[in-house]
Amino acid sequence: MRHSTSQAFLMVLRRDLTLAARNKSEWLNPLLFFILAAILFPLGIGPDPGTLQRIAPGIIWVTALLAALLSLDSIFRADYEDGSLEQLLLTPQPFAMLVFAKVLIHWFVTGLPLMLLSPLLAVSFHLPGDATITLLFTLLLGTPVLSLVGAIGSALTVALKRGGMLLSLLILPLYIPVLIFGAGAVDIAAGGMDASGHFLLIGALLVLSLTLAPLATAAALRISIG
Amino acid sequence: MYKSIVKLASTRNFYQFAGKLLPWLGWSTLILLLIGSYWGLVIAPTDYQQKDSYRIIYIHVPAAWMSLFIYMVMAGSGAAALIWKTKVSEIIANSCAPIGASFTFLALVTGSLWGKPMWGTWWEWDARLTSELILLFLYLGYMALQAAIEDRRTAARASAILAIVGVVNIPIIHYSVEWWFTLHQGPTVSKFSAPSMDKSMLYPLLVMAIAFKLFFLTALLQRSRNEILDRESTSTWVLESRDSL
Repeated sequence: MRHSTSQAFLMVLRRDLTLAARNKSEWLNPLLFFILAAILFPLGIGPDPGTLQRIAPGIIWVTALLAALLSLDSIFRADYEDGSLEQLLLTPQPFAMLVFAKVLIHWFVTGLPLMLLSPLLAVSFHLPGDATITLLFTLLLGTPVLSLVGAIGSALTVALKRGGMLLSLLILPLYIPVLIFGAGAVDIAAGGMDASGHFLLIGALLVLSLTLAPLATAAALRISIG
Repeated sequence: MYKSIVKLASTRNFYQFAGKLLPWLGWSTLILLLIGSYWGLVIAPTDYQQKDSYRIIYIHVPAAWMSLFIYMVMAGSGAAALIWKTKVSEIIANSCAPIGASFTFLALVTGSLWGKPMWGTWWEWDARLTSELILLFLYLGYMALQAAIEDRRTAARASAILAIVGVVNIPIIHYSVEWWFTLHQGPTVSKFSAPSMDKSMLYPLLVMAIAFKLFFLTALLQRSRNEILDRESTSTWVLESRDSL
């Protein structure tokens, strides 16, 4: 029986979601890292509320970015090692769509929880309410970009034994625009101004990476699998 | 025309063609570099505001132009390698990376040397400085990926994808940094209709720019020839030409 692309897409979604539900450390560890890395800053800098509030947008965004980076290795690694990625490649359905399903689940179990946890950090950094809402929305728009762009790097390094360090070298420069607009929007909102321009730009980045990144990831996986 | 391009796609023909071209390129690079440096560093008039410190632009600006240009060449021949699977384009793309990284580094160092007397600081988080630094990291990432994958053809194709992703990102990174904060002076030469630079200063700059382009071509062909020899070290034509030496 031949399945349509959307059926195959849903199957991959369900499969990866089940896997994530059974392998909790995969998505819990980046979250713990996110909290832990962020609370290092008040400990290192000092508890002055003014300073903390000033640096909060940048710190929350940078730690979210690093947590996303650390979780990237898990997108394809296990599937590459047990051969199921190769099976996915051999299916008649477009590979880029199936890869997109995997990336979507990766965002759902890492990026989305990061976003939901961020108000907690915002409160502890004394960020005002408006800025916290802005932070939530920038993370909502920005974390999918992190997963989508990161997947390209993950696909390029999946065949390498120790690709972790290399992955961050490849991907961090590409994360800079998201960081600038994301943290910038929160900064502007904390200053009581309108951050909609930044929102539009992050939205544009999201649309661009939604359309192009799965194609690049699929091409990279084809090369890595060989 | 088309046939002669196809012929060049064979490593052996490319090797020989590059070998014929190299002396011409090398000598003209040397001559233009000498003319350009003398013209720019000695003959060109002193700037009324920046005094003699401005003369560093004769190195800095062409190097900065080359840093982006080489990335485009690298991504372009990487794309060609992905599409037509030609070895020569893989080799050209690989050979671009270290040259481009060196030019980027040169642009950063000369910019920083110029920044000290002009802005009073070695480093400023200025848009073009920052995006140049990010470009350097893109080059280094490309080279690191290349080095990490053992099989050469896989390495070339994987890093070609990275280069193409980088090309899509370069303008985004550039503008994101630009809208962030900026201090660098606006471009003075790109408006070719009426450059805000006097001709006596502009011409040596253009000579230097051409000299840098030729230098890039010379270094590129030389590197490519070396890599061809290295990759094809077991094929008969390489062994024969080694024996005839």
